[in-house]
Amino acid sequence: MNSDSVGIVTPQCAEFDQPLTLACGRVLPRYQLMYETYGELNAQASNAVLICHALSGHHHAAGYHSDEDRKPGWWEACIGPGKPIDTNRFFVVSLNNLGGCHGSTGPASINPETGEPWGPDFPPLRVRDWVHSQARLADRLGIHTWAAVIGGSLGGMQAMRWALEYPDRVRHCVVIASAMRLSAQNIAFNEIARQAIQSDPDYAEGHYLKADKVPARGLSLARMVGHITYLSDNAMASKFGRDLRTGSLELGDEDQAEFQVQSYLRYQGSRFSGSFDANTYILMTRALDWFDLAREYGDDPVAAFRHARCSFLVISFSTDWRFSPHRSREIVDALIAADRPVSYAEIEADEGHDAFLMPIPRYLDTFAAWMRRVGEHR
Amino acid sequence: MRLDLTHIQRWITPGSRVLDLGCGEGEFLQRLQQERGVRGLGLEINPEKITRALGRGLDIVEQDMDAGLGNFPDHSFDTVVMAHALQAVHYPDRVLEEMLRIGHQGIVTFPNFGHWLCRVHLGTRGRMPVSKFMPYHWYDTPNIHFCTVKDFEALCEARGIRILARDMVGNTEGRPMLASAWPNLFALTAIYLISR
Repeated sequence: MNSDSVGIVTPQCAEFDQPLTLACGRVLPRYQLMYETYGELNAQASNAVLICHALSGHHHAAGYHSDEDRKPGWWEACIGPGKPIDTNRFFVVSLNNLGGCHGSTGPASINPETGEPWGPDFPPLRVRDWVHSQARLADRLGIHTWAAVIGGSLGGMQAMRWALEYPDRVRHCVVIASAMRLSAQNIAFNEIARQAIQSDPDYAEGHYLKADKVPARGLSLARMVGHITYLSDNAMASKFGRDLRTGSLELGDEDQAEFQVQSYLRYQGSRFSGSFDANTYILMTRALDWFDLAREYGDDPVAAFRHARCSFLVISFSTDWRFSPHRSREIVDALIAADRPVSYAEIEADEGHDAFLMPIPRYLDTFAAWMRRVGEHR
Repeated sequence: MRLDLTHIQRWITPGSRVLDLGCGEGEFLQRLQQERGVRGLGLEINPEKITRALGRGLDIVEQDMDAGLGNFPDHSFDTVVMAHALQAVHYPDRVLEEMLRIGHQGIVTFPNFGHWLCRVHLGTRGRMPVSKFMPYHWYDTPNIHFCTVKDFEALCEARGIRILARDMVGNTEGRPMLASAWPNLFALTAIYLISR
C-alpha cells in the first residue's frame, strides 16, 4: 500500500426515516445510504468535500477495505494525502447514491410494504433526488457548507445541480468530463444498454431476484457497449490493436481467430454483471438521460447558473467523445455569460472518457492547483 | 513585474471585471486582484502557464484566441487586456474588434518594431532583429505580426477605434522623454487604452 493512499477504510451506513419526496412525486418513507469518509472534519466543519459518483460508481472511492484487498477505490488517483483531493486538508465524503446496489437503498433492497425486493418497482430517480439525499447526509455529518462538491460524468451533473439547488451550501464546484444534458447519440447508447438487459430472458420483467435469476448476459452486453464508448479509438488501438488471443488469420487455418479486444470486452462484461444490479443500471442510465440542467430555467443555462454562488472548475479530455470537450465548453461559456467564477482546462489525453479516473500528470497538476485554493478559502 | 503592466493599472477601475487575453502565468491579473480588487478572468493556451496561474488562485479558461472569442457576450467585461500578445495572434485586427465588443474599453501593449535598434539591425545587417527584447529567430518566433507605433495607430484610425490614452516605455528608467517625444523611434513597448 502506498503512502499516498488513505489506507484501510471502513464503509458506514446512515439510516434516514424522514420521508423523502422524489422528483417523480412518489415518497420514499425511509432509506439508507452507504458512505465512506477520508481525512478529518475540522472544528468549523469548513473543509468537507463531497464526491459524487458516476454511472457505475459507489461509495468506495479511495483506500482499501482490508490488507488483502488488491484493488483500491475507484478514484484512488485523485483522493489521498498529497493528491488533488488532499486528505491532509479535506474531509472527504463519498457515498453510494440512492438507487445504487452497493449498500444504499435501491431496486435490490427489500420494499418494506411487500417484504420483497423492489426490483423494477423502485421509484425512478432524478439527479436532484440524489442531491437532496446527499444534503440530508451532510446534515447528519454536521456539514452545512461543502468546501467543494466534485464529480465526473454523471457525478459532474450532481455537482452542478448542487450549485443550483443549494447555492448557499457549496463554495466550489468541480465538473469533470460532464455535460449540461445528454445528446441524442448519448441517450441512444444508453437505450442499447437498457434494451440489452431487458431482452435477456433472465431479466424476468425486472423481477429476476424473486425468480432467483441474474440477467447476466444482458447486463454484460450493456457494459460492453458502454465500455467501448468510454475509451477512445486510439486507446483501444494501443491497448489491443489487432492482436489475436487465439487462432490465426493464415489461409487454410480452420481455427477461428479471436482478437484480444474480444476477450477483454467479454471479461469486462462478465465481471461487471457479477457485481452490479441490472435494475440499478437501468435506473442510473435513465437519470443520466433525463438530466437537463436548464430545463426549468427556460432552457437557458445562463439563467440557471445565475442561481449559483460558487466558483467552478470544469475539466474535459481531448479524446472523450462520450462527453466531449465541446460539451464542457458549453458549461464554461454559460458560466462566463452568467458572470460566475470559472476555470477550465482541456487535458490532452488518449484515454477517452475514462481519462477522468486516470493519473494523468497535467490533469492531476491542474486539479491540485485549483484545489489548493479550495483549502485556503474558508 | 514588467514595466508595461505597471503602467496599465491606473486605467483599471477598482472592483471592475477584467478579461486578460493571453494572461500567461497571471502575474498581472493577480496584481490587479490584490491592488484593484478586480474580478478577473484569464485566457491562456499554455498548459504549464495555466497550472501556475491557477496556483495563484486565479480563474483561467483554456482557450485559443485565434479560434475566436465569440463565446464572450457583448460588453460582458469592463476592460479587456491584451499584453504582448497582439503580435502573436493570427488576425490582430479581428482580435481588437472582439476586445471592444466584449469590453467597454481595451488595453493593448505590444513591442514597437519601429524602435531605432530594430531599424539599425535591419538597416545595417540586413537581418531580422534578434535581441534580448525579441529573442526569437524569424522562423521560430511566435510573433508573427510585428507592427510599429504608427502602424497600430493607422489601424485604429481605419477601424474607428478611439485611442483614449497611450504610454510609451523606452529603455531608460524613469521618465521616458525620448520615447514620449518620438515613440515610433524610441518606444520599446507601446501601451494603448482604446474604446469604440
